[in-house]
Amino acid sequence: MAAVEQIGRAGRAALRPFWTVGRLRVAALVVIFALWEIAGASGLFYRGVLPSSYLVVWALLGLLTSMDFWFHAGVTGLEVLVAFVLGCSAGALAGLMLGANRYVGAVLEPFLHYLAPTPKIVFLPILLILFGVGMGSKIALGAISSFFPMALGVAAGVRQVNPVLLRVGRTFSLSRFQMVRMIYLPALVPSLATGLRIGLGISIVGCLMSEIKLSRMGLGFSAMEYYRVFDIPSMLAVLIFIFFCAALGNVAIDKFVRLPGPHDRQKRKWSGFTRRFT
Amino acid sequence: MSDAAIVSRRSFWRPPPLLARLGVLAGLLALWEAASYAGLVNAFIAPPPSAIFASFEMLFVQEGLINAFVRTFAEALAAASIGSVIGISAGYALHRYKMAGLAYTDWVAAMASAPLVLLYPLFLVIFGRNSATIVAMGVVGCLPPIILKAKEGLDGVRPVLLNVGRAYGLSRWAMFSMIQFPAALPTIFSGVRIGLLFAIINVVGVEYLIVFGGLGQMISDLGDRFEIPAMYAGILFVVLVSICFFFITEKIEKWLLSSK
Repeated sequence: MAAVEQIGRAGRAALRPFWTVGRLRVAALVVIFALWEIAGASGLFYRGVLPSSYLVVWALLGLLTSMDFWFHAGVTGLEVLVAFVLGCSAGALAGLMLGANRYVGAVLEPFLHYLAPTPKIVFLPILLILFGVGMGSKIALGAISSFFPMALGVAAGVRQVNPVLLRVGRTFSLSRFQMVRMIYLPALVPSLATGLRIGLGISIVGCLMSEIKLSRMGLGFSAMEYYRVFDIPSMLAVLIFIFFCAALGNVAIDKFVRLPGPHDRQKRKWSGFTRRFT
Repeated sequence: MSDAAIVSRRSFWRPPPLLARLGVLAGLLALWEAASYAGLVNAFIAPPPSAIFASFEMLFVQEGLINAFVRTFAEALAAASIGSVIGISAGYALHRYKMAGLAYTDWVAAMASAPLVLLYPLFLVIFGRNSATIVAMGVVGCLPPIILKAKEGLDGVRPVLLNVGRAYGLSRWAMFSMIQFPAALPTIFSGVRIGLLFAIINVVGVEYLIVFGGLGQMISDLGDRFEIPAMYAGILFVVLVSICFFFITEKIEKWLLSSK
């Protein structure tokens, strides 16, 4: 009996492939890490261009314990937050208006449609004149960046609301506000979540790129300062911190805005990303 | 909504959307022009449209607009070409090896929403302040959509077609070049198209940030010299160019889809 069980177990183990998802991922991380270290030590690049990872970790620890770093992080965080909230709420409102009226949508939406894939950073010189070198111009660029995907996503979402639901709402003679709250909003959750996720990513890009171009504070500024004095480990540490925060923001949006069904969520993760151009 | 309301709405004449759109645009420009002459907006901050259009001549003659455009275009095209080769190969690998697809597709998707353009200082220290950095940033920008769309397209090839190939005993390469690639082409192209747009965004952005070559540098220079109307004209030109790209590639995509 025991022997049969043993054979069964061995058979199942033999059928199971060795390279499971988890093992593949760990292997990829190890390979990337090794390549980085080998490339850095090989002497193919200038010394210090690809610093060993322990130097980067050390620099990161140094940053996380300095007050100066948290001041810059706070400035950037505030900029991104204000830009994100302003851009996304304006975008959602514009999307609702464009989506609700077919004619207005047909007339005005192409403007957004064609402006969306332009490089927003080129508007920075205008924003610098309008809002100055301080936080204002950074917030404005971040807000403009996150406005477009939100507006286009919500407008498309409104048009895709199941007409049966709308008729049900009219049958119950709901007020305009009730229609929005009880029928449009629940149907719009996926579009809103996608808009928020894309909006967060590109408002971070907008704020940081304008900080890099011209500013006296913020994480973009401090990354460029480290670049200027060729303190590459600290520069990389700032970048890692930014990527970590961006990823954290995405996870928070996923948790906060519940999407229907795990399968849909997987698919939407990146289908929404391409939606603003297709 | 009563029937009368619907009827009255329908009977109300509306210009066709295209006409109305042009009308809105013309109206906004006229309003801006008038506000500028009336002194309602500062002509230094927001020069009137007529001054902006007039300064296009200066851009062409003095600033080498054509050269800058060709340079930016070439960099973006190079980036998108390199990105297509790498991206379609990677997409094929993720499609061919199912386990790898399960393990890494999520990572590529996460890359797509990560602010990758911020990596440019790293490329700046590796390649130096030259075109290589700009092209590399373009490649980084266009890879995620190309990989994801290539995998999606190859995954979606109809099994019937694959069975025909197997019946003829096609080699793996013949299978790819004669069946899988043509069948997946519309989806692959839509990835390449988004990739090209992302490459343009990154190329212009990095040019602007490091003030090197092409349209981005031109706008940065004009801003630094306070040539405000010309700066507006340069920005308008970038916007128009990316709209043209968007429009042309959209048409090609529709054509590919219809001839499928």
